[in-house]
Amino acid sequence: MKSAVIVFPGSNCDRDAFEAIKLITGEAPAMVWHRETELPDGVDFILVPGGFSYGDYLRSGAIAGRSPIMREVVSAADKGVAVMGVCNGFQTLTETGLLPGALLRNANLHFVCKEQPLEIANSNTRFTSAYSGTRDTVIPVAHHDGNYFADEATLDRLEGEGCVVFRYQGNPNGSARDIAGVTNEAGNVMGLMPHPERAVDQTHGGTGGRAVFESLLGSV
Amino acid sequence: MKATVHVKLKAGVLDPQGKAIAHALNSLGYDEVSGARVGKEITLELAETDKAKAEARVTEMCEKLLANTVIERFDIDIQD
Repeated sequence: MKSAVIVFPGSNCDRDAFEAIKLITGEAPAMVWHRETELPDGVDFILVPGGFSYGDYLRSGAIAGRSPIMREVVSAADKGVAVMGVCNGFQTLTETGLLPGALLRNANLHFVCKEQPLEIANSNTRFTSAYSGTRDTVIPVAHHDGNYFADEATLDRLEGEGCVVFRYQGNPNGSARDIAGVTNEAGNVMGLMPHPERAVDQTHGGTGGRAVFESLLGSV
Repeated sequence: MKATVHVKLKAGVLDPQGKAIAHALNSLGYDEVSGARVGKEITLELAETDKAKAEARVTEMCEKLLANTVIERFDIDIQD
């Protein structure tokens, strides 16, 4: 599986993403700088990592979402390539319009940083198939703007179409309908606030995020 | 020309910062404050002399970058 990790000024989970992808897929991802105008040929999976791209100026993910490489990511996604945005990457994908909704400031105004129990709301996606038969997992969260917002009609549609893939057990940020992760309608783009790349090895304290990468590996 | 853009959260979108501000004002004794909403003001210096053109371009800028229209709305004021 050929992967790419996008790197913005201020990304800080790109190395963790690199290590997680290498560990689970056996192939090191290409690290692609935000100013690039092309993705590596034949890429199967693109990860938009967490961090504070452009210092979260204007809105979290707003400026990253308009960077040159993101135009290529959008066009790859439109062709069916798997794209995953983690944390700041999730915010960035909503800013590009690849995913519906927006991530607001946490309702309690606190930066939350902890091991987060999650419900697997849909294990029938290319990001979650390896969780099949599992009802829940634990993946760390670390964010200030993770409060998922969309209008009621959009939320109903997302739930109706199985686009809600992860839900918080014990909502840490006020997120609408406890949403922690969503996919697009086509199912090839997922955004999630928890960090699966920080839970792939026993030395991380847990391996609850491993199945995300295993699912992707199985889907290409 | 100068354009002043005000970006505000749409009605109905939770504004936890506004809530915290209202709460802090209440605890300072300003009991008449029953709510607060936080917005942003962005001032743009424009090399443009036609007001209508400037307004059209700034509207485009708001839709493309300055506001996230899923959660925000914006007002534009153009000054000579």
